[in-house]
Amino acid sequence: MLRRRVIPCLDVANGRVVKGTRFVDLVDEGDPPELAERYAAEGADELVFLDISAAPEGRGTLLDIVERTARRAFIPLTVGGGVRSVDDMRDVLRAGADKVSLNTAAVADPELIRACAGRFGRQAVVVAIDARRLTTDKAGWEVVVKGGREATELEAVAWAERAVALGAGELLVTSMDRDGTRSGFDTELLRAIADRVEVPVIASGGAAGPADFVAAVREGQADAVLAASIFHRRIHSIGAVKQAMAAAGLPVRLVPEAAA
Amino acid sequence: MTRLPRFAVVDYGAGNLVSIDQALSRVGADVVVARDPAGLTGAAALVVPGVGAAAPAMDRLRAAGLVEPIRNWIAAGRPYLGICLGLQLLFDGSDEDGAETLGVVPGRTTRLVDAPTLPHIGWNQVERTRDHDLFDGIAPDADFYFVHSYAGAAQDEAAVLARTTHGSSFVSAVARDNVLGVQFHPERSGADGLRLLANVVELVGSGALAASAAGSAAAPVSAAR
Repeated sequence: MLRRRVIPCLDVANGRVVKGTRFVDLVDEGDPPELAERYAAEGADELVFLDISAAPEGRGTLLDIVERTARRAFIPLTVGGGVRSVDDMRDVLRAGADKVSLNTAAVADPELIRACAGRFGRQAVVVAIDARRLTTDKAGWEVVVKGGREATELEAVAWAERAVALGAGELLVTSMDRDGTRSGFDTELLRAIADRVEVPVIASGGAAGPADFVAAVREGQADAVLAASIFHRRIHSIGAVKQAMAAAGLPVRLVPEAAA
Repeated sequence: MTRLPRFAVVDYGAGNLVSIDQALSRVGADVVVARDPAGLTGAAALVVPGVGAAAPAMDRLRAAGLVEPIRNWIAAGRPYLGICLGLQLLFDGSDEDGAETLGVVPGRTTRLVDAPTLPHIGWNQVERTRDHDLFDGIAPDADFYFVHSYAGAAQDEAAVLARTTHGSSFVSAVARDNVLGVQFHPERSGADGLRLLANVVELVGSGALAASAAGSAAAPVSAAR
């Protein structure tokens, strides 16, 4: 039976792992390859690596870090942030990534999803959606781009469906309202999207403890659950989260904890 | 010090070779990347990776002049490891786009049926249907990492080594003589994946895979050693 995945997320700025709250107030959390190796040993099912530094010169740094990370963690690696073209995607895959995550560039040019899936296969294309609950009288969520700085006209569920139709093989759905707040995942958002697409949905934004991971799968229908700060700060270990998921009856891959 | 067995990893533009190169090197193989028939020279084993659809893959292999050399390699009883699409290419053809593939293992590649999610992405159990040194030292219920929407439906159950369930059951590993194939990605399956690749390197290095090839024809060779 397919296991529900637990995925630590490395937000990387200027070569370091950082973590903020609602996408701002960044705090240094460590060296990307070092953290990647630690998480792989602790039983992470995959790694997501997001370049959140706005600096254009960050590109070279990113490829170098992707390569150093891929050499130390023999689990799948998804890389996102600043991938704007098929050529960018090729470079990131060549550096050792298994999948690429498209966000702002896909909103600006949805055909980029089709082009990337056509060249490298849909399994290598993750579309990341940052969604914010509409605060007006309208129900639903709006898509936000540029690292949370810019709202769009897109409705999140409709955009998710369109992204999949264009060739997304997976969706990484982040609740901007919950990101870094440790107040639990937005399971309504997850459910709304998972109900409408066939591809796996990765839940992101708001993890506080093991119960949230269970809720993301049970109530949110997520196939995988991503978290950052609770793992970086050792508030919960990956093993403890998986044990809790297993105890709740969810299929997970349990690995013996490596001697630290 | 004994020489490391040389593994030629075929690059036909169908996927990311970095992780396979890194993983095989880690477990003691001398890895070379082969983009044309000359690239196979001196190799002890051939690795065909790949993701995506069969037709463009066969087109690219053809354009690189590699289809016949790969067929000949397998027919000569030399070690072959297919990973993901590299396994699917061993069958007669693919329902994905009607492509005719290598025809080494009877059967076809078909879309996963009744799958709760597609693509099938993530860790899943590989249930072995018989013993093989490929899985030496790996727990019988070990999980491996999958990324695919199509998989092999073998006609010859004797070639099947393991099956996996996602909705319905599909072939996740095959072994026939000198030919091995896995639908999952050992290079991304953590410690168990590295162990499986180490087993392949061991099988190739010891001559066990090549020696068992072509049945009786290979027997005198192994006896002579």
